[in-house]
Amino acid sequence: MYKYDKIDQQIVNERVAQYRDQTRRYLGGELTDEEFRPLRLQNGLYIQRHAPMLRIAVPYGLMSSTQLRKLGEIAKRYDRGYGHFSTRQNLQLNWPKLEDVPEILAALATVEMHAIQTSGNCIRNITTDQFAGIAPDEIIDPRAIAEIMRQWSTFHPEFALLPRKFKIAVSGTTQDRAIVQAHDIGLEFYKDAQNQMAIKVWVGGGLGRTPILGTVIREHLEWQHALSYCEAVIRVYNIHGRRDNAYKARIKILVKALGIEEFRRQVDEEWTHLKEGALTITQAELDRVAQYFEPMPYETLPAHDASFDTAVASNPAFAAWAKRCVHGHRVPGYRAVTISLKPHGKAPGDITSEQMQVVADLADAYSFGELRSSHEQNLILADVKLSDLFAVWEKARAADLATPNIGLLTDIICCPGGDFCSLANAKSIPIAEAIQMQFDNLDYLYEIGDIELNISGCMNACGHHHVGHIGILGVDKDGSEWYQVTVGGKQGNDASIGSAIGPSFSAEEMPGVVQRLIEVYLQQRSDEERFIDTVRRIGVAPFKAHVYAEQKEGASAS
Amino acid sequence: MSNLIQLNAANGVAEIVQDAWTRVIPPAAGEESVRKQAGKVVLFKLTGEQTYTPEQVANTTIPASGKILVPLTVWQARKAELQTRMQAGEVGIVLATHETAEALKAEFNDLNSLPIIAIYVERFADGRIFTLGNWLRTRYGYTNELRAIGDVLRDQLFFHKRAGFNSFLIRADRSAQDAIASLNDFSQPYQGAVNDVPVWRRMNRA
Repeated sequence: MYKYDKIDQQIVNERVAQYRDQTRRYLGGELTDEEFRPLRLQNGLYIQRHAPMLRIAVPYGLMSSTQLRKLGEIAKRYDRGYGHFSTRQNLQLNWPKLEDVPEILAALATVEMHAIQTSGNCIRNITTDQFAGIAPDEIIDPRAIAEIMRQWSTFHPEFALLPRKFKIAVSGTTQDRAIVQAHDIGLEFYKDAQNQMAIKVWVGGGLGRTPILGTVIREHLEWQHALSYCEAVIRVYNIHGRRDNAYKARIKILVKALGIEEFRRQVDEEWTHLKEGALTITQAELDRVAQYFEPMPYETLPAHDASFDTAVASNPAFAAWAKRCVHGHRVPGYRAVTISLKPHGKAPGDITSEQMQVVADLADAYSFGELRSSHEQNLILADVKLSDLFAVWEKARAADLATPNIGLLTDIICCPGGDFCSLANAKSIPIAEAIQMQFDNLDYLYEIGDIELNISGCMNACGHHHVGHIGILGVDKDGSEWYQVTVGGKQGNDASIGSAIGPSFSAEEMPGVVQRLIEVYLQQRSDEERFIDTVRRIGVAPFKAHVYAEQKEGASAS
Repeated sequence: MSNLIQLNAANGVAEIVQDAWTRVIPPAAGEESVRKQAGKVVLFKLTGEQTYTPEQVANTTIPASGKILVPLTVWQARKAELQTRMQAGEVGIVLATHETAEALKAEFNDLNSLPIIAIYVERFADGRIFTLGNWLRTRYGYTNELRAIGDVLRDQLFFHKRAGFNSFLIRADRSAQDAIASLNDFSQPYQGAVNDVPVWRRMNRA
């Protein structure tokens, strides 16, 4: 992974000093709340219900074991001994003290980490596929360009105060796993007819209050122009994006208002002035950064391992885990492993300091000392030998990190919701936990098969509910918490936004509602059909009918 | 005590200097209603929105002598009476963040005929000021004094500087002396800026 040189280290060190002084001035009354707000937000610090929340950047989800250990230490020392992985691959601490944040940042800087631009109206953490570099379907590893873009966007002088937040995702696979279509800018890397690295550029996607999938603004962009083109897009947005209404301030609203043709024309006009300038990425700079993302020093291994085959055959629990939590790898004899942060009945994405130590140890022992976080809020060991999988499973299981539910109904994406977040209209974690307990039966979960259930506590959609096969959105009705249900959302190449099935439900009703949706699917599905395929084939109506019929009869959910 | 920070043209060092320019400010509009949207007060004007009514412009008092900073709208309507003073180098233009660089360019074929352009930012969180600064320097080749005025605070100064500003009128209730330090918050920024290239072009990082 990328290693800081003197320049990188100096920037985070200077940032710590700058933020320390800003905090001092705020506490000393020299900065008003309003003035301090964008400063702390651009440093990932929210003022929440009970305490501030600090969001620590995990650039494109890649971490070293050293970094994870440090996060564990920080969570123990300055928080309550746990952290929460977010849908932007970052780590959130829910209980730090505002006055401790400068010390936390100083501690992060010792392991090449920071909280820069994890919030605020600026370019946020750039996200990507958690299997970048090792996925069998990967055409281009986008991490070197992602790192170049991270540096370009860090304290960008022109884009420090945009109309609204700005999210970029990069992906280089045939099957999109980075939801590039749901980002302000999505960069899809591919090899063009000349076998050169090129980029298909999506713009104007986003979830939130007005969910819109992105539009292709440019089919073919040479990689050398990634920065200049993004700069042109964001410049047009900075000037013309709406600042008069926060709900209409994202770039998607501007693109919709102008129409993609006119927006493209303005971007191209801007780009002609930037295109061959200093922003053009040189081969030398790409090479300098790309050297940090070279393949790991893999052993030459056979494609099969007898001990693994034996363990799968003789140990059903291990076989279940291997089926759900182990993923293909481009190198023979290696696999990627998802460490599930979704044990039933616990807050999705949460991990204790002790568990962080366990995962760091596993990374050191079995995966070249590196790991990744995913936007599904799990951790990944990307390079595990087949022959080591059993040992990894045993150790992960002992730490409650091996729930074999990846891609299943209980692998819920969930924002912190009303328990923590001051923006939330409703709690989301208790809903996730109740659904997990309703479906706390692995055989039944396997019977249901691949499905994605996403929960957001408000329309800001941090839990990506719009693209969940089942989406749950917390809403406020006259001061009480209700939940609106959508079906048919999907991430990936054929992304779609889910449709609402009808009036909202109370928290107590939610596990039963999900149960009803699943019943319709199990009745209606044809062989091998996933939940989402059934929804797409038969439409929303049968789901709606069954859920609300049940409600009318007043019968309790089975 | 002046609250104006200026970068010395010769060595780039920031210093606090006396302000030679007087801002011409139109009178407040008669009945200014509070605009609301989605229940919230609208804080920012849209790009291209009107700045002053014709009545405000007509009722603006322009000092009879001395160097004056005139809003673009006032200049557009009353340039005839300001022509001689403009030729004498006593008129600078104030562009608000919701006004466009094109509108300014339409008035002055050669922007460098202006001794000073000030960009007025009503709220510090309005980042259009950075793009405007950048455009004036890189697109329109403006080389004279470019000043940030209005809600100008120390925590944005580093960005103002990199966006091409070379003078900064710190908001009256804040200390310019304290603010100066922030111009040097970072010693080697990653990306390029006006008059700067990305760090990987600036030095050898290999």
